[in-house]
Amino acid sequence: MPHVTLPRIGTAQAWRDAARGFLTAGVPPEAVTWGDSSVEAGLFDDPATGTGSRPVTVPRSFIGLANTVVFHNDPARFARLYAFLWRLKDAPHLITDRGDAELAKLRQMEKNVRRCQHKMKAFVRFRELGGPADPRRSFAAWFEPTHHTIEPTAGFFTRRFADMDWRILTPDISVFFEDGTLRFEPDHPRPTLPPDASEDLWITYFRNIFNPARLKVQAMQSEMPKKYWKNMPEAAAIPKLIAEAPARARAMALAGPTLPPRRAAAALAQQAANVSAWQGPSEELPRAISACRGCPLHRTATQAVAGEGPLDAALMIVGEQPGDHEDLQGRPFVGPAGQLFDQLAAEAGLDRSRAFVTNAVKHFKFVPRGRKRIHQRPNSDEIAHCKRWLDAEIRQVRPRLILALGATAAEALTGSDKAISTRRGSVEKGPEGVPVLISRHPSYLLRLRDAAEKHAARAEAVADLKQAVELSQNIDLKKYY
Amino acid sequence: MAKQTLDQKLAILSDAAKYDASCASSGSTRRDSRGGKSLGSNEGSGICHAYAPDGRCISLLKILMTNFCIYDCSYCINRVSSNVPRARFSVEEVVTLTIEFYRRNYIEGLFLSSGIIRSPDTTMLDMVRIARKLRHQENFRGYIHLKTIPDAAPELIEEAGLLADRLSINVELPTDASVKHYAPEKSPEQIRRAMADVRLRKDGAKDRSHTGKRPPRFAPAGQSTQMIIGADGATDATVLGQSTRLYASYKLKRVYYSAFSPIPDASTKLPLISPPLQREHRLYQADWLLRFYGFDLHEITGHRKDGNLDLEIDPKLAWALAHRGLFPLDVNRASREMLLRVPGFGTKTVGRILGTRRHRSLRYEDLHRMGASMKKARAFVTLQGWSPGPLTDSADLRARFAPPPQQMSLF
Repeated sequence: MPHVTLPRIGTAQAWRDAARGFLTAGVPPEAVTWGDSSVEAGLFDDPATGTGSRPVTVPRSFIGLANTVVFHNDPARFARLYAFLWRLKDAPHLITDRGDAELAKLRQMEKNVRRCQHKMKAFVRFRELGGPADPRRSFAAWFEPTHHTIEPTAGFFTRRFADMDWRILTPDISVFFEDGTLRFEPDHPRPTLPPDASEDLWITYFRNIFNPARLKVQAMQSEMPKKYWKNMPEAAAIPKLIAEAPARARAMALAGPTLPPRRAAAALAQQAANVSAWQGPSEELPRAISACRGCPLHRTATQAVAGEGPLDAALMIVGEQPGDHEDLQGRPFVGPAGQLFDQLAAEAGLDRSRAFVTNAVKHFKFVPRGRKRIHQRPNSDEIAHCKRWLDAEIRQVRPRLILALGATAAEALTGSDKAISTRRGSVEKGPEGVPVLISRHPSYLLRLRDAAEKHAARAEAVADLKQAVELSQNIDLKKYY
Repeated sequence: MAKQTLDQKLAILSDAAKYDASCASSGSTRRDSRGGKSLGSNEGSGICHAYAPDGRCISLLKILMTNFCIYDCSYCINRVSSNVPRARFSVEEVVTLTIEFYRRNYIEGLFLSSGIIRSPDTTMLDMVRIARKLRHQENFRGYIHLKTIPDAAPELIEEAGLLADRLSINVELPTDASVKHYAPEKSPEQIRRAMADVRLRKDGAKDRSHTGKRPPRFAPAGQSTQMIIGADGATDATVLGQSTRLYASYKLKRVYYSAFSPIPDASTKLPLISPPLQREHRLYQADWLLRFYGFDLHEITGHRKDGNLDLEIDPKLAWALAHRGLFPLDVNRASREMLLRVPGFGTKTVGRILGTRRHRSLRYEDLHRMGASMKKARAFVTLQGWSPGPLTDSADLRARFAPPPQQMSLF
């Protein structure tokens, strides 16, 4: 019966070559035995590899599985892999069948090796061999892995510690990285490594980052099993930390309150005198708006968004409320609807920089959904609460005309919540005797799906903006009401 | 006062940093030092290099630059009115510690926070200086997490984001009112504005310029925050409501929940109870259900009268017990959305069920092999080889999962 002895270094490639040979030669799993160099071949075994000419294809994910499982410490790993590969030949879909007992076992083994690799990346502890002033620094570690994880994990250390020499010695094979070259060597004895001053600092850190008020020994041990402790310098501190924790926690609870140190008053005074670069708007009205707590919306929004534009603008544009972008940036009409408005304005010959732009409600109202915020229409209460800010802005700017975009703005300015579809393009009476031209909110256009409807609505919107320009420039508005 | 040694400073400044729960080192750009000119790598997934007996992982060197502070936040060990010993690292000391620890494979990188000295800008500038030195002089390619000071100038935040993998700003407490009460010098609005600023910069760094050139990545591992649980009277519904808003508004990678724990020289304003660890654990479970399992906030807390999660059983099981009419679920027919709602099924198990279902129908034994926790799941599913019968509707189903009742201690 053919027997394959796989080498301790380069195991993955050797297994693949042998398995490919047997598979193409049609050798069934029961007709071949496998072992690594620790398993002696049977009395009637002969070293052999199969050869054949049939090309074989294997699902890609099996290669990944095999490349990991070959490093497991189970002596049956090679045979298990080949047996599964043999079945896979006629039923490639088996690789996705997690209910299959053999695949489940292989995946379990793969998980064991991956965990062992992960723990090696985590728990290897280097000590310095030379001095910190050496032109190329040199480090060494002794590590005892559960599986044959040195070879597949060496790459991690080369990618991470490329500017220094290092070696990881283990009872299995050892790995050396010197002057940028990697090599593996079997059978190194456990070395005596020189003491390292940084290790003491590390233990100090470990002892002090621990919080004695929350002892969770089980959680620590499930992630850092005791078998690794003997090669981790900080682990020696653990028993004492655990033993002292309850008393330390009790002492904190029982300690009586103390008086603040003398420097506290001076420090607090210094704090109070600091000026932040973020210190909101300096003008009185925007400052008052940003401090508004009139309704609950301020608790969830980032900031209040006050109007902006020249204070002597002839035209004032009022939208509904800040959206996602406006809320983040603190400026009105900068989100998708604002950008669309700018396009429409350009078509209509409206210069936005010469208008005062604001919203009926100053805080963003939304409900969170996953990673998005879904806009919510403000209710009449919120509109009414925010009305005083809108009125104050109108009194400050004294525009000749107000353009109300959408139902919320129209309601805030005229008190009527009648449908916009019947009112758009008309001029109504607004606060402080300023006439209000009603139009749709640009976000209405963004929501329309039907191309023809969209086209028509867009034309209407541009017409409304043209009308706004005209009315805000012409003198006689009286005829409208 | 005698000059403190590096060891003494490290003891004080790591002790002062332990109340920050965040330790992640995952999710940043992949990079390595194969050229031989630099040190360090990041391969996407984080590595926990050690675990302390409090069950928390140690992935980063988590230290404060200084624990001197001019703020007076009641819950904080470093508040100005506390008498804990104080220390301050120099820029070089932090850089050396980080590099030497990293070379010995103790850590994935640095998590630098600080008490506020003189002014937010001065403090932030020193922190940025440390990150700059690590990146540009030491050619450090490991992970850097910088705690951002909300009031610091925008240009400092900008540079911090270009140097660090992650930025974080703590919201500290679940409601604005509690922040004002316990941290009078902090402004919840300013914290939100600073988080909005980080999100905008991160979004902005995705847009290519007109020449097609990619701008440098800004905080590639995103931003995170932390909320202290159990210091104020907020319910779990309030806490989770705040997290869902934070995730949606500022695209946070993580919200950390930190059970309020007694600190040395504590303020009299706060309860000195043992930290509510179980509550913290349930909040993390609920957070996961919200982000990866398609649950809505009201589904998790809506069926609880007091707005708090059930401490005895996990929130998914609690939801399933309150909605038994939807179960048992036929595993061979149910949708992905419903499978995710079965207690004992994780996202991986559900993926495996769907993958295998394409080829054949599943049997009870299959679920075991796919990693499902059948002790929980079996009351809620039906498939070949298993029917829960009256188990799903049995009155004592909850008692099978909840810990047995305990007699109150007399002392």
